[in-house]
Amino acid sequence: MERTLTNYIRALRTAGAGVSTTEAIDAARALELVGYQDRGLLKMSLAAVLAKSQEEEVLHDRLFDLYFSYAETKPPRQPQSEGEDQEDSDSASDGSDSDSEGQESNGQPSNGQKQPGSGQGGGSGQDKSGEAGEDAPLDLLELAQSGDATRMAMAMAQAGARADVDQIRFATQVPYFVRRMLEELGAERLDKQLMAALDERTEEGTARAEALIEARSTLMRNARAYVEARFEVFGRSASEAFMNEVMMDRSLGALTKSDMERMKPIIAKMAKKLAAKHARRRKVRNRGQLDLRRTLRANAGNDGVPFDVIWKTKRKDKPKIVTICDVSGSVARYVRFLLLVLYALREKVTDLETFCFSSHLVDVNQDLESLPFDAAMDKILREVGNGSTDYGRAFTDLSRQYDSTIDKRTTVLILGDGRNNNGDPAMGIFQDIAAKAKRVIWLCPEHPASWGSGDSALLQYKPFCSSLTHCSTVADLEHALDDVLLAYG
Amino acid sequence: MTHTGLEFAGFESADTVSARLASVGYISTASISTAVYLAHHLRKPILIEGPAGVGKTDLARSLSQSMEFPLLRMQCYEGLDESKALYEWKYGKQLLYTQILKEKIHHLIGDADGLDESFKKLAGFQDLFFSREFLEPRPLLKAMEQAGGSVLLIDEIDKSDEEFEALLLEVLSDYQVTVPEIGTVEAIVPPLVILTSNNTRELGDALKRRCLHLHIDFPNADLEARIVRSRVPDISERLLAQLVAFIQLVRDENIRKLPSISETIDWAKTLLLLHADSLDPIMVRNTLNVILKRQTDIAEVNGQVDQLVRKVLSEQTEPA
Repeated sequence: MERTLTNYIRALRTAGAGVSTTEAIDAARALELVGYQDRGLLKMSLAAVLAKSQEEEVLHDRLFDLYFSYAETKPPRQPQSEGEDQEDSDSASDGSDSDSEGQESNGQPSNGQKQPGSGQGGGSGQDKSGEAGEDAPLDLLELAQSGDATRMAMAMAQAGARADVDQIRFATQVPYFVRRMLEELGAERLDKQLMAALDERTEEGTARAEALIEARSTLMRNARAYVEARFEVFGRSASEAFMNEVMMDRSLGALTKSDMERMKPIIAKMAKKLAAKHARRRKVRNRGQLDLRRTLRANAGNDGVPFDVIWKTKRKDKPKIVTICDVSGSVARYVRFLLLVLYALREKVTDLETFCFSSHLVDVNQDLESLPFDAAMDKILREVGNGSTDYGRAFTDLSRQYDSTIDKRTTVLILGDGRNNNGDPAMGIFQDIAAKAKRVIWLCPEHPASWGSGDSALLQYKPFCSSLTHCSTVADLEHALDDVLLAYG
Repeated sequence: MTHTGLEFAGFESADTVSARLASVGYISTASISTAVYLAHHLRKPILIEGPAGVGKTDLARSLSQSMEFPLLRMQCYEGLDESKALYEWKYGKQLLYTQILKEKIHHLIGDADGLDESFKKLAGFQDLFFSREFLEPRPLLKAMEQAGGSVLLIDEIDKSDEEFEALLLEVLSDYQVTVPEIGTVEAIVPPLVILTSNNTRELGDALKRRCLHLHIDFPNADLEARIVRSRVPDISERLLAQLVAFIQLVRDENIRKLPSISETIDWAKTLLLLHADSLDPIMVRNTLNVILKRQTDIAEVNGQVDQLVRKVLSEQTEPA
């Protein structure tokens, strides 16, 4: 009973939910309180105890259904038809199946039973696995033919435990673990029998061989279903976490459409992290300087004796960001991500203005505010994206039409490759903007090696930027925005 | 105030929680009841998250009402510190007493020779001014001192500073408060603690670990209708169904601040006052500011009122 729970907690941990020991103890206490009778109640109880955020709750809901689909209280006694056997293979792992086999079969190798490097099929000479090992081939043939789903599932769970299937992390490991399981089941002897039967070259022998082949494929199918089910519980989230890590360092320009969808939660998470980090910084107090007026006021009731001492606090600037994005051709992809992050940060960066340009500057705040992000982005790219890039014109437009948006609190964030089609870079105006703003940060998706090559005016702008960084992955974006927000710390 | 009439004897099951809450007009969901049931038996605080106005604070209020425990409420804000949350010395009283006792001090040390001896004599009385007599308990300490049990509501914990969370840990896990001058005050009866958060910032892991987690979201139409019916009993079934359906539709619109249950209830009351018995576009338009709190949101929905009302009305007539 307890093992079912600890295994479940392990599955949650692999999936990325931080479950501490105290929480595990609470879960055990909750389980004691509500029991296994009411599945819905159990699910909600474990959610309350184990899931500590909405994301974890979603994770819990998914895993609970996967995991407890076989730890159901009522074991399906009647033999079920062969076929889709994910359910079947799991159904016997039920803790309440009163014999000791049921206890063992929860997918965890119990301490005595696990053989270090147990490569030999069914070799563990202890308790019931011993008997399974002795006459495994016969047993297997009989087992496969019997169609007894409960027994099959039990055998699968035991072999799975010995083969350490719960260690599975990637979908590509499925065949490997299926093979390990078959080894553990003792399929080797089945094979030998099969060879012997074929060697007989009699009709009877051929019939037996066919039955053996049939049995083998039944076993294989069951083992595969078992491994796949375990992958859902223990592996999928782990490999997803790994994929996400890889994504962080992938060039944004090379992402496919499906990658984009995967990026969204990653970006939301990153934005949350950034927001949390900088929210804390903004509140640092300037301790050490007495605020005399407020101290006297607060202590008037104490005859002016300063029991309550009030310190001066320094008011920190709130971040104000003006983003200027080149939405022509190659840079457009990067713009999408930068804006996605910035708008995810919306709660922290309330003062955010976005302009996009290719041939001339357009104020796109309205679109981004009123439309869902993807729709807004498509509209912007459609309306603004198809002109030849003119950085000089963009800066001129900015200083003429939106002069008031830039003051000494403003960070100007420019995303672009600086390829100006050999037009006038309007250096003077750019210089004025840089002088007026708090900082000018230029993010360039191109590799530093090609900065300033061809029609790129990047190196001309460089001296006036507070920083000019190469920015092509999500990790780069995170650094860049961290840097922007740091200035308001 | 509705009175249950029954002495509170503990929650035997999650269903008892629902029934108890229903008796004071709070329509709870299975997950809410389960969380309360667990919190009661595991002696753990509940951290409730969810959008504003879905009944987080109200749950605490209803619980205190249904259990007939006093409710101690602490509203969190930036800069909240221990002197507002735990305890405070009554400085004024201390000062006043020292002034009064100044005269008497002569008698006390009058016969002592030299500074050393006077000091020794005084040392015997030094704890006088830092005793319970001069201690002003704030909500957290007060909750510890309730002999009959209590419900402690720590509202909008996300608005407080991170340092304050650390301050709460002792209270939340051990149900005790340490006052250095006096010692540790343990709870006579551990209070049922409810923390609410609007998720404006991520709470610390230490805090989360000590709490059960409960997320309350916007209710579905069925639940919302039941909630409104219990809060605005005079409303006609027809109007109720229509206005709930309308609100559910509005929540799908592209607006910033979604209307929550409290807005639905306010709207129901408003429409009742206006003697409405069915939604009509003009009335909806005039009362839109009850459910939507941002000018841009109102403008957004205003244009679609006709369409939404028509949709609600047609859905209403279809099944009937």
